[in-house]
Amino acid sequence: MTDQSRSASAPGEKILSLRNVSKRFGAVSALTDIDLDIFAGEVVALVGDNGAGKSTLIKILAGVYQPTAGTIEFNGREVALDDPGAALGIGIATVFQDLALCENLDVVANLFLGHELSPLRLDEVQMEVRAWTLLKELAARIPSVREPVASLSGGQRQTVAIARSLLLNPKIIMLDEPTAALGVAQTAEVLNLIERVRERGLGVVIISHNMEDVRAVADRIVVLRLGRNNGVFTPEASNQELVAAITGATENAVSRRQERKTAETPHPEQHP
Amino acid sequence: MSENDSSQMPALDRSDARVRNDDGLSGAVRAFIDRVRAGDLGMLPVVVGLVLISVVFSALNPIFLAPNNLVNLLFDCATVGIISLGIVCVLLLGEIDLSVGSMSGFASAVVGVLWVNMGWPVAGAIAVAILAGVLVGAIYAFLFNRLGMPSFIASLSGLLAILGMQLYILGPTGSINLPYASPLVSFGQTMIMPAWLSQSLALVPGVVLILTGLSTMRRRRQANLTAQPMTNLVVKAVVLTALLEFAVYYLNQGRGVPWMFGFFVLLVVLLNYALTRTKWGRSMFAVGGNREAARRSGINVRRIYTSAFLLCSTLSAIGGVLSASRLASSSQQAGTGDINLNAIAAAVIGGTSLFGGRGSAYSALLGIIVIQAISNGLTLLNLSSSLRYMITGGVLAIAVIVDSLARRSRVSHGRA
Repeated sequence: MTDQSRSASAPGEKILSLRNVSKRFGAVSALTDIDLDIFAGEVVALVGDNGAGKSTLIKILAGVYQPTAGTIEFNGREVALDDPGAALGIGIATVFQDLALCENLDVVANLFLGHELSPLRLDEVQMEVRAWTLLKELAARIPSVREPVASLSGGQRQTVAIARSLLLNPKIIMLDEPTAALGVAQTAEVLNLIERVRERGLGVVIISHNMEDVRAVADRIVVLRLGRNNGVFTPEASNQELVAAITGATENAVSRRQERKTAETPHPEQHP
Repeated sequence: MSENDSSQMPALDRSDARVRNDDGLSGAVRAFIDRVRAGDLGMLPVVVGLVLISVVFSALNPIFLAPNNLVNLLFDCATVGIISLGIVCVLLLGEIDLSVGSMSGFASAVVGVLWVNMGWPVAGAIAVAILAGVLVGAIYAFLFNRLGMPSFIASLSGLLAILGMQLYILGPTGSINLPYASPLVSFGQTMIMPAWLSQSLALVPGVVLILTGLSTMRRRRQANLTAQPMTNLVVKAVVLTALLEFAVYYLNQGRGVPWMFGFFVLLVVLLNYALTRTKWGRSMFAVGGNREAARRSGINVRRIYTSAFLLCSTLSAIGGVLSASRLASSSQQAGTGDINLNAIAAAVIGGTSLFGGRGSAYSALLGIIVIQAISNGLTLLNLSSSLRYMITGGVLAIAVIVDSLARRSRVSHGRA
């Protein structure tokens, strides 16, 4: 079921490598012996059911949680990601599902938060110019960068969060459900953006429940199930294969539903 | 309405047609009205409060607005105002320090005991008092960061413990008079700026406003961003200068502007710069607004909390030293009574939110003027302290209610 040949032949050097990473919250094992490699210039999609441990894994790589066991290597050297600052420092940027923006600050302040230009005499003009340039590159529709983030819509906030992660020229960017709150056009923009980031030679990790989006951009699909590795697929893998890996059975809710549908409608092509 | 040439490429920040751009003077006024409606009250409560207070108290007792009474008012403002400045720092993070009164009382007792009773040089005594403030702030920061103790409880126990220390070092006599002829006491009671100096200092804010405004305007134009129009800048500077010059002129009809008040204003300006123009200040607002987001942006959140607690206790110690010089004594009463609440109320009335993430250094300055004006006016009416406490308590309640309502309105208007 696993397809390791893909990862071995992937272009670019190995940036990040996880070996036997585990995380326990009290009695609950959120992650058990996770192995994961991320190469430069590829998009890795992390898929799995709710509670499979995707967000926990991302949070470990972002330095929000510390793993209970296992090693993390970055550019061949073992690293300890003790806090978010450490992860950002070595070049792992994260866009969290809950975005983590400061609603009382404006867009510019949020983009540069923690990395302001000239710390003792903030260079507001330069920061505003760079904010506008970056948002233009992302074709983002933000009405004003001087409004507090509280006044922006969900999609606009997502854009601000992605823009912020790119500002520091990271080596790896991780996106937790980047398209969940977006409209059709904005989703396409974000997918374009992900491809542009990949072309720049960054490693991209995305978490998504949307198989269509995953297939559209991912070079490799890593499936987690109940906190364990449960196979690595290429985007060419069939839906049944993916769903089986995600749910852990060939006979599952999704396949049963599909069978029932085909049984009810003998001519699906005539369906309105 | 836009002042861009149609031939020219639109400025970077004006390419979105959906946004109404408030340029020019009328635009500035309209933007202000919009902000107030949305619950972003800014300095409005202070202005309304001051007008009300002046009208009511000067009707009841004309002495209230006499220049020399206002000079006294400014002397009193400086001591509690500096404490309130510290409160602004902790409130910005959504925390509180309830022991600022005790801290200031303890600092004044340290100065009295070391300087008068033990014969230390006055500078050494002041240094020890301020160091005590730093130490107490460090303890609160440790309790908060490492042991997770809510600042409310930590400082509540601190209130009692520090008061105990104050009573302990003062001993059975309970009160120490400071030498009246010393520079410290005259700083708190008689030292006044010469008229020419205060008049010229009143020009400084307007000039600085024009100069920085011009340089920002030039840099924004160069970067293809819109800049505020010249008229706005000039009007702002002229109005500000006129107000300040009039105030200083009026005070100079009496004794003049106290040096101690000048020192307080200097601290306010410094803190305002630090809060608005440095990375530290940005981090303060970020931690107050969304602690987790700040942490994930790589801000050292613990260090920010530590800096705020340190600043608050240190500033209250400085305020305590100044109140000793103001009263020419260190006593068991110093720092007790309404000092705590006055300092907190001043910050809140001036526009610093109790919920964190909103506020400014100027709120301490403006808020304390309101609070001291009320207290001064009530004293002039010969009201007993029982009534004064009740009225001040009521004013604090009103200030907090205004803050809460404004916050609710901000949330529903998307201003957080």
